[in-house]
Amino acid sequence: MYRMWVTQARGRSEMTMSTYLEAGRRAVMEEMQRDASVWALGEDLGRGGVFGQYKGLQEMFGEGRIADTPISEACIMGAAVGAAMTGTRPIVEMRFSDFALCAVDELVNQAAKARFMFGGQMRVPLVVREPVGMWRSSAAQHSQSLESWYTHIPGLVVVAPATPADNLGLLKASIRCDDPVVYMEHKNLWATEGEVPEGDYVVPLGKADVAREGRDVTIVTWSGMRHGCLKAAETLADAGIEAEVLDLRTLWPWDRDTVFESVGRTGRLLVVHEAVAVSGFGAEIAASVAEALHFRLKAPVARLGAPRIPIAYAPTMEDMARVSPEGIEAAVHKMMQPEDIS
Amino acid sequence: MTEGPSQRHDNFDRERFLDLLGLMHRIRAFEEEAIAGQKEGLVLGAIHPSIGQEAVAAGVCGNLETADLMLSTHRGHGHTLAKGAEPLAMMRELFGRKDGTCGGKGGSMHIADFGVGMLGANGVVGANIPIATGAAHALKLQGSRQIVTCIFGDGAVNRGPFMEGLNWARIFDLPVLFVCEDNTFSATTRTREMTGGAGAAARAESLGIETAELDGNDVVAVDSAARAAIDAVRAGQGPRFLTCHTYRMTGHTSVDPGAYRPAQEVEDWRRNDPIVRLEAALQVAGIEDSRLSALHRSEAVGMAEIARTARDTGWPEAAGAFTDVQDVGDPSERAF
Ligand SMILES: Cc1ncc(C[n+]2csc(CCOP(=O)(O)OP(=O)(O)O)c2C)c(N)n1
Ligand SMILES: [Mg+2]
Repeated sequence: MYRMWVTQARGRSEMTMSTYLEAGRRAVMEEMQRDASVWALGEDLGRGGVFGQYKGLQEMFGEGRIADTPISEACIMGAAVGAAMTGTRPIVEMRFSDFALCAVDELVNQAAKARFMFGGQMRVPLVVREPVGMWRSSAAQHSQSLESWYTHIPGLVVVAPATPADNLGLLKASIRCDDPVVYMEHKNLWATEGEVPEGDYVVPLGKADVAREGRDVTIVTWSGMRHGCLKAAETLADAGIEAEVLDLRTLWPWDRDTVFESVGRTGRLLVVHEAVAVSGFGAEIAASVAEALHFRLKAPVARLGAPRIPIAYAPTMEDMARVSPEGIEAAVHKMMQPEDIS
Repeated sequence: MTEGPSQRHDNFDRERFLDLLGLMHRIRAFEEEAIAGQKEGLVLGAIHPSIGQEAVAAGVCGNLETADLMLSTHRGHGHTLAKGAEPLAMMRELFGRKDGTCGGKGGSMHIADFGVGMLGANGVVGANIPIATGAAHALKLQGSRQIVTCIFGDGAVNRGPFMEGLNWARIFDLPVLFVCEDNTFSATTRTREMTGGAGAAARAESLGIETAELDGNDVVAVDSAARAAIDAVRAGQGPRFLTCHTYRMTGHTSVDPGAYRPAQEVEDWRRNDPIVRLEAALQVAGIEDSRLSALHRSEAVGMAEIARTARDTGWPEAAGAFTDVQDVGDPSERAF
């Protein structure tokens, strides 16, 4: 059903090429034009933000709506919570997800719980943009993928786009969402180019994207690993294995229907993410599929993520924390072996 | 701001300042090699140069003992060298090679050398302030004569840990010297525009900490103020606070052109270069030009050699990725 929606949406609109970064910028711009209560706050936003993802927006919307802040993460987040309770829709720029850790109380104890604790008297419609992921030798404090922490918190929505079109459509949906949304762009994707629809393109939250269809194995992934999985799927196809690649796009709520439908057909599930495998969100998906589809599985569910190590600076060691297309292929081959079939 | 030395030259310890000049040249040469190395792809991640700020590193750390402790920031090459770390090991760390200061795990932003009391640069702004406070707390518990110096940028004063750490140091009367290295900018933002009131020193004073504000490009001034503050801290008089006003001559990182800074402002500060100023002071004090240029040359030549050696060093073993994570539940047992 969802695939139809995408086809229709794309059929209706003209496509243009855009980078992932520009798509995010456009989403903020369009939503600020559409809704005067939307504003953004964070460090260095007046000069376009640390990656240029706000370039030109202060000139367009003024210093009030594209607000430069001190290096005060706790107050950036806390102030956004207060402002969200008071009739505005803040976009909180945390620069790196690693620095968002300086504002975890404000997000987890305050933003995520206020609506519930106060008996539904108000909502906290804010979007926290916190870029994640490994890039080039950025070492242990600038490379982390901590999405699973936030999926664990009742009250939060968690989004991790992988393509320019999704960065446009999901960021717009997140800004319109009345819940606090943790919005994780991948730093290594900023320059990625892709087709993006013109017009008011909104991708619904909670819907996976079937990045590639296949009959033999379902690979569930998100964010930067979508691209590694697609690469692996091509190589696997040469070996006669057709992998279906599902990009979850939204981690909470995640698209159980699409995942279950696919695994029900293929009988095999591999979850791939860049984050540490232990207690990663892959564990939740694997467990859910095992619970629901145990008797339809042709192989045990499998997960692939980083080892439980901090990320090193030197490339030789940094690479040990990377999930590679080769690693994905190997994991799939292992699942396809007859001895693994129960 | 471009006056001469702040002490009369008959009262000027020439040998001491020649040493500090050598140290400032070493820091500058290190960072110039690092920037060149980044252009060649030898330095792998971001580096935050401190070119133009060397007088703070030299003037403050030049008064510390090796046993004293020091914590720095993402812009910490100068502080680390001034605390006595090996430039070759540091360059190897920046190049991600074997035998780097942190074995290639940290890189520029996480450089640390506990052997010389350098307890780490930090990728998180302001995070070093409570840690330095805790180190000083431990020294006090141990009855040590060592002290802690915590250097941070002007941007850090707007984070909560600044207030929490300073207050803590005051109420426990801890042996810690806080140094705000005010280089005018935090990343692309002019810090003054994001800072209420009179700034870092006023905030420290409001917490009952004695402060001094200095021309941070005058190493003579930094040296004498740091010495007085460090003596007081070592004598058990509790925390002290220095603000050193200086200027970041490069962009925020070595790949940031820094175009948001007015050209005239950059030019004014270039004329106020702390190395040039100290050389001028030493000339006035009677040091021959040939001696000054020889000092410069020897540091530059030595550093070029260090960069060559670093580049010829091998990569660390990949297996190192699994070491030093933790003892209990070590990842080598179940890494995936
Ligand atoms: C908590 C936190 N927020 C944001 C950043 C990103 N960041 C790195 S350096 C920097 C500017 C820091 O300015 P300042 O403290 O004045 O130090 P300087 O870079 O000028 O030496 C920022 C915002 C960070 N590293 N940590
Ligand atoms: Mg600064």
